Amino acid sequence: MIRVENLVKTFGDFTAVRGISFDVQQGEIFAFLGPNGAGKTTTIKMLTTLLKPTSGTIELDGLDPMQKQKEARQRFGIVFQDPSLDNEQTAYENMELHGVLYHVPRKVRAERIENLLKLFELWERRDDYVKQFSGGMKRRLEIARGFLHTPKILFLDEPTLGLDPQSRNQLWTHVKRLNETENTTVFLTTHYMDEADRVAHRIAIVDHGQLIAQGTSAELQERTNSDSLEGAFLALTGDSIRDESASSADNMRQVARMWRR
Amino acid sequence: MSTIYILWLRELKRYSRSRVQMIASLGQPVLYLLALGFGFGPVFARAGNGSYLQFMAPGVVGMSILFMCVFSGISILWDRQFGFLKETLVAPVPRMQIMLGRTLGSATVATFQGILVFIICLAAGLRPHNWMLALPQAFVFMAMVAITFAALGTAFGSVIKDMQGFPIVMNFMVMPMFFLSGALYPLSHLPSVLTVITRLDPLTYGIDGLRGSLTGVWHFSFALDVAVMAFIAAAFLSLGAYFFSKIQI
Ligand SMILES: Nc1ncnc2c1ncn2[C@@H]1O[C@H](COP(=O)(O)OP(=O)(O)OP(=O)(O)O)[C@@H](O)[C@H]1O
Ligand SMILES: [Mg+2]
Repeated sequence: MIRVENLVKTFGDFTAVRGISFDVQQGEIFAFLGPNGAGKTTTIKMLTTLLKPTSGTIELDGLDPMQKQKEARQRFGIVFQDPSLDNEQTAYENMELHGVLYHVPRKVRAERIENLLKLFELWERRDDYVKQFSGGMKRRLEIARGFLHTPKILFLDEPTLGLDPQSRNQLWTHVKRLNETENTTVFLTTHYMDEADRVAHRIAIVDHGQLIAQGTSAELQERTNSDSLEGAFLALTGDSIRDESASSADNMRQVARMWRR
Repeated sequence: MSTIYILWLRELKRYSRSRVQMIASLGQPVLYLLALGFGFGPVFARAGNGSYLQFMAPGVVGMSILFMCVFSGISILWDRQFGFLKETLVAPVPRMQIMLGRTLGSATVATFQGILVFIICLAAGLRPHNWMLALPQAFVFMAMVAITFAALGTAFGSVIKDMQGFPIVMNFMVMPMFFLSGALYPLSHLPSVLTVITRLDPLTYGIDGLRGSLTGVWHFSFALDVAVMAFIAAAFLSLGAYFFSKIQI
């Protein structure tokens, strides 16, 4: 369903993704794990037509997302890591807008919006502006919105970031149900190893833009002689914290770019 | 169609929900009208050109539309910063429709703003030469100016990536376009360099159209102004659509 070969993305002289290749089968739940700055979000952006790869090939359901943008977009839904709500509209309006953009028929739309907002306990707050929501409520709304249409492929970039245990539970239960009943392919990232362990059929581990291991949770544990996925993860990626010095370098680069223009 | 509509509606909601912004953006035209309109009035009259207020009011209407459009276009930057832009860019609809919805929304809001400023001009003493003819004609030009510059605003908003680029756009594109459009002074008897520049400025034709419609005094003509504006609107819409389709996050 998703086929990636030798994918590379460079930002200026910094290479965020260095030749990643993997395959995700239809109906599979695939976890893409890695420390901060590993290149997970950048990979998802390339898979979802938001960024142009520097080199390499991508196939989504047999389509090249850069050539057939619209057709590719019809096949996936995405929950972003960063906020993507319209703060100046109400929760309901955000859902409605999404439903229209994704061609969910009006009647189904109203019904689903109600169900999802109830599921994520936002129904009472549906007419409040998103800017008045707490961080976790915004997050819940993003997730509810992501489930409004039923795509073939669902990208979840750290969907549980900032969520309480109840909502996390709802989320994964829902994801599993979609996967089982609709055969939805799921591509997810998370920093919670127990979640990946619980839902993912297969796991890939990336670090510094490179794919360093993939397999089932059991396989990874066996390879690294550890008794948990977390142990395997640490064994593979080391236990030093990733410096995000890139961000200050980013700023410098941005200023430099301004002057060059 | 529904995509264009829902994004158009979003712009309208955003405008109608922020009264503060609505009032704030009336401040500048009012200042121009009062300070320049009444300030230069005596000089202008002594030079034998009639009422300055009458002359510059259409220019101020055009200005308010231009600025409103550029500010709306720049809201793409906010949407980028707050993340909402992504949501629309991955949707399975042609980006062309998203761009059109946004742009037509900005244009509608800007036209409305132009009408408000027009009403203020009437209160300040502007008198159309022929109401029956002036109102529909002026509306046509307001809408054309709005669409043209909303499209340009979208192009700017798609190209610049952060707020630091905004002053560059304002100081090197928008302000010159305003000052060189004949909004504040007559286009006849200018130094020849300035004559050439004013004729290259797209806003010139919109302002002349507005002034001609409202006061009956044309530098060019109704037909020429409409033709040029329609051409530029089409060109800027294509430009805006092109740059919008190239956005990467
Ligand atoms: N637009 C950009 N310009 C320059 N560098 C970028 C840009 N986007 C990402 N990067 C850099 O690319 C690297 C990978 O970033 P990415 O967001 O893909 O990481 P991630 O794996 O999603 O990390 P996290 O777990 O923190 O979300 C980082 O070093 C980041 O600073
Ligand atoms: Mg990330």
